[in-house]
Amino acid sequence: MQKRMTLHVNDGQYRIESDTARSLLNVLRNELSLTGSKYGCGEGQCGACTVLIDGRPRRSCITPVGAVAEKRIKTIESMEKNGQLHPLQEAFVEREAMQCGYCTAGMIMSGVALLEKNQNPSENEIVRSMNGNICRCGTYPRIVDAIRQAAEMMRGDAK
Amino acid sequence: MSQTPISDIYLEPERYELHSDGSPHCSKMARRQFFKVLGGGIVVLFTTTSALAQRRQGGRGNRRAGGETPAELSAWLHVGEEGTVTVYTGKAEVGQNIRTSLTQVVAEELPTPLDSIRLVMGDTDLTPYDRGTFGSRTTPTMAPQLRKAAAAARQLLITLAAEQWNVEGDSIVVADGKVSHRKTDQSLDFGQLTKGQKLMKTIGEDVLTTPAERWQIAGRSVPKVDAREMVTGRHHYSSDIQRDGMLHGKVLRPSAFSSSLISLNIQKAETMKGVTVVREDDFIGLVAPNEHLADRAIEAIEAQWNHPSQPSHEELFDYLKQHPVETRGWGGRSNHRQGSVEEGLKAADIMLEGSYTLAYIAHAPLEPRAAVAEWEAGKLTVWTGTQRPFGVRGQLAEAFGISEERVRVIMPDTGSGYGGKHTGEAAVEATRLAKAVGKPVKLVWTREEEFTWAYFRPAGLIEIQSSVKADGRLATWEYHNYNSGGSAIRTPYQVPHQKVQFHPADSPLRQGSYRALASTANVFARETHMDELANALKMDPLEFRLKNLKDARLKAVLEAAAERLGWEKRKSESHRGIGIAGGVEKGGYMATCAEVQVDPKSSEVKITRLVAAFECGAIINPDGLMNQIEGSIIMGMGGALSEAIEFENGVIKNPRFSDYRVPRFSHIPPIETVLLNRRDLPSAGGGETPIVAIAPSIGNAIFDATGVRHRSLPMRPNEGKT
Ligand code: FES
Ligand code: FES
Repeated sequence: MQKRMTLHVNDGQYRIESDTARSLLNVLRNELSLTGSKYGCGEGQCGACTVLIDGRPRRSCITPVGAVAEKRIKTIESMEKNGQLHPLQEAFVEREAMQCGYCTAGMIMSGVALLEKNQNPSENEIVRSMNGNICRCGTYPRIVDAIRQAAEMMRGDAK
Repeated sequence: MSQTPISDIYLEPERYELHSDGSPHCSKMARRQFFKVLGGGIVVLFTTTSALAQRRQGGRGNRRAGGETPAELSAWLHVGEEGTVTVYTGKAEVGQNIRTSLTQVVAEELPTPLDSIRLVMGDTDLTPYDRGTFGSRTTPTMAPQLRKAAAAARQLLITLAAEQWNVEGDSIVVADGKVSHRKTDQSLDFGQLTKGQKLMKTIGEDVLTTPAERWQIAGRSVPKVDAREMVTGRHHYSSDIQRDGMLHGKVLRPSAFSSSLISLNIQKAETMKGVTVVREDDFIGLVAPNEHLADRAIEAIEAQWNHPSQPSHEELFDYLKQHPVETRGWGGRSNHRQGSVEEGLKAADIMLEGSYTLAYIAHAPLEPRAAVAEWEAGKLTVWTGTQRPFGVRGQLAEAFGISEERVRVIMPDTGSGYGGKHTGEAAVEATRLAKAVGKPVKLVWTREEEFTWAYFRPAGLIEIQSSVKADGRLATWEYHNYNSGGSAIRTPYQVPHQKVQFHPADSPLRQGSYRALASTANVFARETHMDELANALKMDPLEFRLKNLKDARLKAVLEAAAERLGWEKRKSESHRGIGIAGGVEKGGYMATCAEVQVDPKSSEVKITRLVAAFECGAIINPDGLMNQIEGSIIMGMGGALSEAIEFENGVIKNPRFSDYRVPRFSHIPPIETVLLNRRDLPSAGGGETPIVAIAPSIGNAIFDATGVRHRSLPMRPNEGKT
């Protein structure tokens, strides 16, 4: 069903007209030119398309755009602020927690969501909440390290 | 179907890699282009007369008639007036981190901050011809070439400075982007020295470069040069490219392989707003203003297909054995005879037979195949993720009947490949649609298309008959590999009587290269069998291997991995087991140890620790190499434990991540890596070989713990257990 709606993405508002069944990922990438979120499977299995919706990690590939009008959507593009990387982005760079980098945006969004509700996640907690994200290049151990390192940095900052 | 022909070059990937395509030549376009794109400064062209070295290395029979090979432009480098160094190479970055390691080797010879070096890669208009990025050839071949070009540039800068300052060249120091003369306290940036003139130098092989023992920048771990682009989502993969007026394409896929169309109804699709259906013979595709609409339109097409009955994965291994194909002279490379197995058997004490199988598996790169095609004034530009941009250029030129000069393929660093992106299917499809509708077209394969219409790692059946003497020495070795390939087919162990044979087969599925090619299959079968022999002899598996090994480098990694694991100290405990395996491939030496634990109640097997030792000559970037080794091991765990393509009657039954299980966070045990750095030896690549020993080390550890021997990959050790 074709509908007009307003999307709140990062710090902007976008008026769009779209089929409500169209995936949020598709709208972000094609209509808003926010190509940081990636397509990896289209069935909620790989996490490459992860964005935050009202603070929760969601697979944008299986989220119909009609369901998220009026909600707060955050994508990877909003993580760097005034040239300053988010601590988790920094930790990814430092730990070189990537190879081809195609999973990276989704990993960071899932990781940020975790860190926002748990400042000191154990390894088990990290593994559990990240298990829906696939890195085909196999950088998992580095991603776990990067999340731990970012948690430490963020706790330090908070003190 | 015309869209993904099963070309016979895929029947045996090793053969394919050696053959590759086309004759090596300078890209005329590249030569013409660099005058256009560059301002003043220094240009160093690296030409080589041993352009075929890459082929010779691989085997035989490749030399072109006539002997003399023409000088070929294989890399070039530009020092601009601003002092930035731009390096042009036809290699492609697919996540193996060569953008960083090649930057390092350039900075080593031409000392300047890493961020003032930019690599232009895999652009057929701008970079010299390159056969492709595979076979772990970048480090051994491209790195030394760039090193030489950079060293020549440094020499030229020194000469310029010496002239300007009227001093001796050897009193001049090049460091940190500057050329300086201490005594007279003079110093200039690279760019200033050239004073806006364009200086061109052509160099050959005989430029001296810094030996690994004296490396300052190469040999260290430096951060990935484009990491910031990746963590911010700013890097543009092919699937992110946008062009003005661009439409989104889709291709109608048949219901099974080898299908022919019987009926087609495109009416509904055609009436959808903005949709144009394109039909050329058996090719049916469409374009739409966005992907969502394109998806809906393709679903609205009604088509019926006919297909012959085809074998399924259930009967695969018998099928492969019963359907040999002609080797066309190439099987010979993998065949080996030594002594006489019949004779050797007479003096043997223990005989053993084993048969090992490997399923087809998918590369499943997280970025599926994608391309953007744009025609402009009869010239075609295509952005696509491929390990062979020049190969794809040829493929496009042929498909559309135009000369290669009118095709430009640009390869944005891609969402990986692992050997799975050697071809240009998406590029050809996007181009066909773009041509038909006169607009730029983007085409991104779905995960399901990637799982179905790409190519697979060959499945294989390996049969071994061997014998040993009571003292633990190998006596005979007869080895038959059906379909998986010839890489690492020869045993590294000392056996006086051998018969080793590769039997190409008529593969029911389209197959091609995969990380480390068939060495994974051959090392799995061999190292499992070696373990079985050790067990039959009641000998320690490590001791048995070392006893039959002369190769000091392989011994060194086996010993290093065992030492780190604490092999000697192991106690035989119930419910816990350890295993070891090793292999040699593409100049790299790998050994892996695995430790597993078995739950006494559920008998579930859990991998509790993996240790790897790897040696590939002089190491350029230790942390980057570690990353590759860990990645290889993790990818290898997938093929070892859970990944298998299931198919029946021309249909892939599990083309989804929900059915085709790849490794995830929760599957990864602690992994320890030992790097042996041999600065006295030339550097070999490290993106492939570390995958080879993981499966047998796990299988051997499971046997040690449970007495159950796994001879098929994937092992699925916990299948049916709760
Ligand atoms: S693309 Fe959304 S989960 Fe894979
Ligand atoms: S870095 Fe390639 S998929 Fe994660």
